[in-house]
Amino acid sequence: MSYFHSVTLQRAKCKGCTNCIKRCPTEAIRVREGKAHILEERCVDCGECIRICPNQAKVAVTDRLERLEEFRYNVALPAPAFFGQFGRDVDPGQVLGGLINLGFDHVVEVALGADVVTAAIRRYLREHPQPRPLISSACPTVVRLIQVRFPSLVDHIIPLHTPMDVAALLARRQAREQHGLADGDVGTWFITPCPAKLTAVRQPVGMTLSEVTGAFSMAEIYGMMLPLLAQAPEGGELQQASAHGFGWGRAGGENQAIGAGALLSVDGIHNVIALLEEVLRDRLGDLDYLELQACVAGCVGGSLVAENPFVGRTNLRMLTERLGATGPGFPEEAAVRLLAEAPQVRGPVEPRPVMRLDEDPARAISKTEQLERVLESLPGLDCGSCGSPHCRSLAEDIVRGRAFETDCVFKLREQVHALAAEMLELAHRLPPAMGQRDEGEDGADSNEA
Amino acid sequence: MQTPEERGEARLRLEFEVTGLDFATAGSAATRVKRALEHVGFSARAVRRAAITAYEAEMNIVIHARRGLLKVCVAPEAVVIVAADEGPGIADLELAMQEGFSTAPEDVREMGFGAGMGLPNMRRCSDHFTIQSVVGRGTTVRAVIKNDQVGGRGRGV
Repeated sequence: MSYFHSVTLQRAKCKGCTNCIKRCPTEAIRVREGKAHILEERCVDCGECIRICPNQAKVAVTDRLERLEEFRYNVALPAPAFFGQFGRDVDPGQVLGGLINLGFDHVVEVALGADVVTAAIRRYLREHPQPRPLISSACPTVVRLIQVRFPSLVDHIIPLHTPMDVAALLARRQAREQHGLADGDVGTWFITPCPAKLTAVRQPVGMTLSEVTGAFSMAEIYGMMLPLLAQAPEGGELQQASAHGFGWGRAGGENQAIGAGALLSVDGIHNVIALLEEVLRDRLGDLDYLELQACVAGCVGGSLVAENPFVGRTNLRMLTERLGATGPGFPEEAAVRLLAEAPQVRGPVEPRPVMRLDEDPARAISKTEQLERVLESLPGLDCGSCGSPHCRSLAEDIVRGRAFETDCVFKLREQVHALAAEMLELAHRLPPAMGQRDEGEDGADSNEA
Repeated sequence: MQTPEERGEARLRLEFEVTGLDFATAGSAATRVKRALEHVGFSARAVRRAAITAYEAEMNIVIHARRGLLKVCVAPEAVVIVAADEGPGIADLELAMQEGFSTAPEDVREMGFGAGMGLPNMRRCSDHFTIQSVVGRGTTVRAVIKNDQVGGRGRGV
């Protein structure tokens, strides 16, 4: 099967350095023939390679604003993190008005979707004592990470729609009920802090069809909107989300909204991986819910965000305080009913293990054994010069037939050294007719005269 | 001549030395066992059960023993995990197998380990489980985890 990825490589810009392969949390990148290659089945669209690439060769493909022309009625769905891009002197109403100025017909905050999901999570935790801990479905990179690297944990992902999906659902319902518009006339556009959300729009996991039409880069929209902000119409009446809904855009905000239970929040994909190892070992069964965010500081730390992640996080926290944290933003009954009426029933997330070395278990065992042997012989420096991120992944690539032992510069040098020594040895061996006797032999041998 | 693969005798053997009270690297052997089983293509459920068992076996050595050896043998249909340690041994095996019973020292418990779930967890996660112990000498546990429904979903543990 082929996978769509928002994270792509601009070949011309890639210099074939090894920065990205070392940073990739799923070992999904190799450098071959001087260019990086993404192993599609392993990529989880976390955007780490976009952050680290010194040549801006890794980019996130998002939609162009011109696509608004394809629809009669366009609704912006700004992620909660969008409101963290602005300082304390800007109210949500101004931001929403700015989006109208930019050409959208209407705005539905994803924070409102978050209010709905918050209520549904509370209910789900109460009604389902097992399994524990449950894991938030909101971060698409985390969901894909679990599929690929922790396939046995897919059943821990809470089977609920994400705030983005719910906001799109609300937008479509409003367009239908208030304006009598057909679904095909309505464009719903997520303003995304990260490439993973665009991938989630194009290729949803556990859903047949996304309610979201496309996604615009948050940094791009921010840039276009900033000059319009001063003259923006006051959009106060557009604001529907609660203070807690906005909080979802920063690490810890989702748990703060849920409020009750043994809740744990982790941000940064490498921290998330370490925590999932503990879940896998069954060490965290006394926790109810894990808010896991691939980006440091949460969605405000996404790779398509304009403001510094920590400034964004503080902006959001202070916004929540300013709006006054006043309990649930959406009545639980209404939230559960809304999700139950959602046209696309979210199915289970399927595991997608990628580590198997061979379809045939017996051959896979031989290959794993070979992998361990090859690994023993490699220097263990994880230098990345071979184009694989670690010695272990080179060993894996060799066993899979995608690389050679001499791709390792140290192994190559060893072999060259051995070859050179052999050549030198051979060079000393002259044919008997050309042989020269050394000084010591001269007098000792008297038969020659 | 048939290869070991063709005779159905393909085996992967791994061995790890585990040092008592070495909490810094504790869990690394279990991680390597898990990765090997993923390479072989064990079902997600079997990988998880084996990962829990290997981890608990490794931690038991770290918490209670001076040192030990974790030996793993992988066949297409099952994995055998044997953990043999040089340690204090267990006087009352029946008591040790009860959930919540622990002889871990207080400082270890404060670190969040030694909750008395290790041995019961290992037994719960394995298809065949035996334990032998000599007081003053050491303990050996042996767990077998079958590779069920190859490639199947990872429901439950």
